[in-house]
Amino acid sequence: MRLKYVLNEVLVGLWRNVTMTIAMIITMSVSLTMLGASVLLYLQVDQMKDYYYGEIEVSIFLRTDVTEAQRSAIDQSIAANPLVKEKTYETREQALERFKTLWADNPDFVKSVGENSLPESFRVKLKDPEQYKTFAEQMKGMQGIQDIIDQRALLDKVFKIFNAIQVMALIVAGVMALAALLLVGNTIQVAAYSKRREVAVMKLVGASNWFIQAPFVLEAVVAGLIGAIIGFIALFGGKLVLLDNRLQALTNILTPIPNGNVWLMLPLLAGVGALVSAVTAWVTLRFYLKV
Amino acid sequence: MIQLENVTKTYPKASRPSLDDVSVGIEKGEFVFFIGPSGSGKSTIIKLLLHEVTPTRGKVVVNTKDVTSMRSWKIPHFRRSIGCVFQDFRLLPNRTAYENVAFALEVIGKTKAVARRVVPEVLELVGLGGKEHRYPHELSGGEQQRVAVARAFVNRPLILLADEPTGNLDPDTSIEIMRLLDRINRTGTTVVMVTHDSNIVNQMRRRVIEIESGRIVRDQARGVYG
Repeated sequence: MRLKYVLNEVLVGLWRNVTMTIAMIITMSVSLTMLGASVLLYLQVDQMKDYYYGEIEVSIFLRTDVTEAQRSAIDQSIAANPLVKEKTYETREQALERFKTLWADNPDFVKSVGENSLPESFRVKLKDPEQYKTFAEQMKGMQGIQDIIDQRALLDKVFKIFNAIQVMALIVAGVMALAALLLVGNTIQVAAYSKRREVAVMKLVGASNWFIQAPFVLEAVVAGLIGAIIGFIALFGGKLVLLDNRLQALTNILTPIPNGNVWLMLPLLAGVGALVSAVTAWVTLRFYLKV
Repeated sequence: MIQLENVTKTYPKASRPSLDDVSVGIEKGEFVFFIGPSGSGKSTIIKLLLHEVTPTRGKVVVNTKDVTSMRSWKIPHFRRSIGCVFQDFRLLPNRTAYENVAFALEVIGKTKAVARRVVPEVLELVGLGGKEHRYPHELSGGEQQRVAVARAFVNRPLILLADEPTGNLDPDTSIEIMRLLDRINRTGTTVVMVTHDSNIVNQMRRRVIEIESGRIVRDQARGVYG
């Protein structure tokens, strides 16, 4: 009985002020979409770091005029270095082969590269990729080295961009969340005002505080949940349309976003949406109804 | 049943206290009038008893419970033992007489079945049998006040507080409402009524406590308005 009463109050409340309810739901869903996107990106960058950092190599390119003695000196120095996990040596021919397979679909480009234009190199995997600087420092002085390149530095640039996008999404989520909070507060105030007579009588005859507040709080929670569901649909849709179709090229670098991760956003968004709405409504009521 | 001990209430920004060191005791089953001019502080007593305001100094005990130190979450339950009637009726305009009374029951957790049993009974008691499904605007002032009394009494409170219940009613209707309150009093309910209707006070001949500028100036059993 009481449940039916409360649910009925909630629906009537949402409908009474339907334009405000819609505004509340829209801001809530945009905020939650951004939050979801941000969290997804965060998970993604984490996963990519695991994936790429495991594969990372430091390439030591040798000069074209490197001598046999210099080469073996470098070789021994790498082998003796305690930071090194494994090393491979790549001749000019091997480098060219790799280049050819890499660019197999672009034969003109391959043809333009001469037999000897690719340098020979040592490919070194470090025990701890973070130790790159120390390792480079130790190798730099050796004769016959053209260049030392750490793939990590390159990746870091990519990750920095992702991080920036993630932070921006988070900021948008925060700003929209603030707008959503104000709308929730306002909606609850309007709802409480339109039911002020009922509330006065309820207080007078001794209805418990939760019973007075529940319809209002639930009203906000229902709106929050609807916002979360819409936000989730937008997120999933965005993932399907943008990443799986339009920007598939980007996905190849990104490492695919597992659908499981996206599904994980549903309880997250619903939880955040419901909780934030409930707390806002409750705080508003404390000030407005003084119950 | 009700005990005020050296109660002083000063509202914020007020130059003098609404109630100034008031002590009074009311026994179970009594019928008490608080009389006095407007602004004398008599309505503040009702507010204190309902815990709508807290005293600046002193102690308020209602039904053996010290209201002064009561935790706020206990107040709703405490109020269920007190019925309340006001000058302006405070009925819900979009609900019928029956629904107004039933609402008061349902919001404190009583089932619809209980309401169906109890509400017609109490409406009959206040003399509104047959008018259960009228809306407040379809009822006269006296009838609306009867609905309010029914709502206050439906939960069988120990105390009925009435704040100028006849203030909006003509003399004849006022007498009818007073007969109703008298009947409720005879069921053992303590009735505390704030009024400045001399006619009624003189007819009822009950205990009269007169307040002037926040102080009790007269406390008389079987008193008149004076």
